[in-house]
Amino acid sequence: MSIADSTQFLCFLALSAAVLLGALGVVLLPNIVYSAFLLGGVFLAVAGLYLLLNASFVAAAQMMIYVGAVNVLILFAIMLVNKKETLAAIPGLGVRRILSGAVCAGLLGLLLRVDFTTPWALPGPVSIGEGATIRIGEHLFSDYLLPFELASVLLLMAMIGAIVLARRDVFSSDVITGEGVDQGLIEKARTPLLLEKNLQIQPVLEKTP
Amino acid sequence: MSLSSLFALTLPTTVPLQGFLAVAAVLFCTGVWGLINSRNAVRVLMSIELMLNGVNINLMAFSSYLDGQLIRGQVFTIFVITVAAAEAAVGLAILLSLYRNRDTVDMERFNLLRW
Repeated sequence: MSIADSTQFLCFLALSAAVLLGALGVVLLPNIVYSAFLLGGVFLAVAGLYLLLNASFVAAAQMMIYVGAVNVLILFAIMLVNKKETLAAIPGLGVRRILSGAVCAGLLGLLLRVDFTTPWALPGPVSIGEGATIRIGEHLFSDYLLPFELASVLLLMAMIGAIVLARRDVFSSDVITGEGVDQGLIEKARTPLLLEKNLQIQPVLEKTP
Repeated sequence: MSLSSLFALTLPTTVPLQGFLAVAAVLFCTGVWGLINSRNAVRVLMSIELMLNGVNINLMAFSSYLDGQLIRGQVFTIFVITVAAAEAAVGLAILLSLYRNRDTVDMERFNLLRW
């Protein structure tokens, strides 16, 4: 038992507490902006757990992809859909929460029981340590080559699909004056097609003389 | 009594595998609860990310403790991170499209396919 081991254990406790409290905050906080920033904290703490597991490459990938890309994307989505709306009350919401909480607690109990009763084949082979990055590279270009290439195709498809889905329909020229307009700034002033009938709003164009 | 021997009395020698698995289990179940109970669609996506992170912690722990030489769990984690990034991009695009059409992010009002 060296000081490094105990430091490692204390780091594990601190990171686990950060992950679990952050996850609870993400789910329970009423303000969604706080949730998004706490989600970034959870991702960072998970990257710290990966560092404890001798996986520096995956920790770096986690920081760049989750904290740098996914979390920023979620913040963008929050900014794009920020609308103050009071959610309509739903009958039986409390009962539903309690029931789903019971189901999740049961699932947690099952997982923890499996965790603590299974005789894991410990200790396994000695950890590769710092050579992990080299070994991952060998895996990606030999026996996991096909999934690697498929992942690149998947990312391309996801990128194009996201652009197509999130694109706005814009006019290239102003409807009334006929002047060209900046493509990014004007959006078609039409009523959303799928609103319920009693919520239909009048189109803006009818008000212009 | 030195500090290290004080630690040696109170703490286990190394972090056990079960500790990582327990953290992953709690994270996953928190994600499931949030997925079921969130009414904001963005929070649903965040819950999915929490669940994926719980699975990743599991894969990494097994890779480090039981498969120390051929770290296949780390490769799988990288693939899961890739797919999660793609899922987040497409999910948020779908969310934006829904928001434009329904003018809300309330999950209870996304009932287009209800019969």
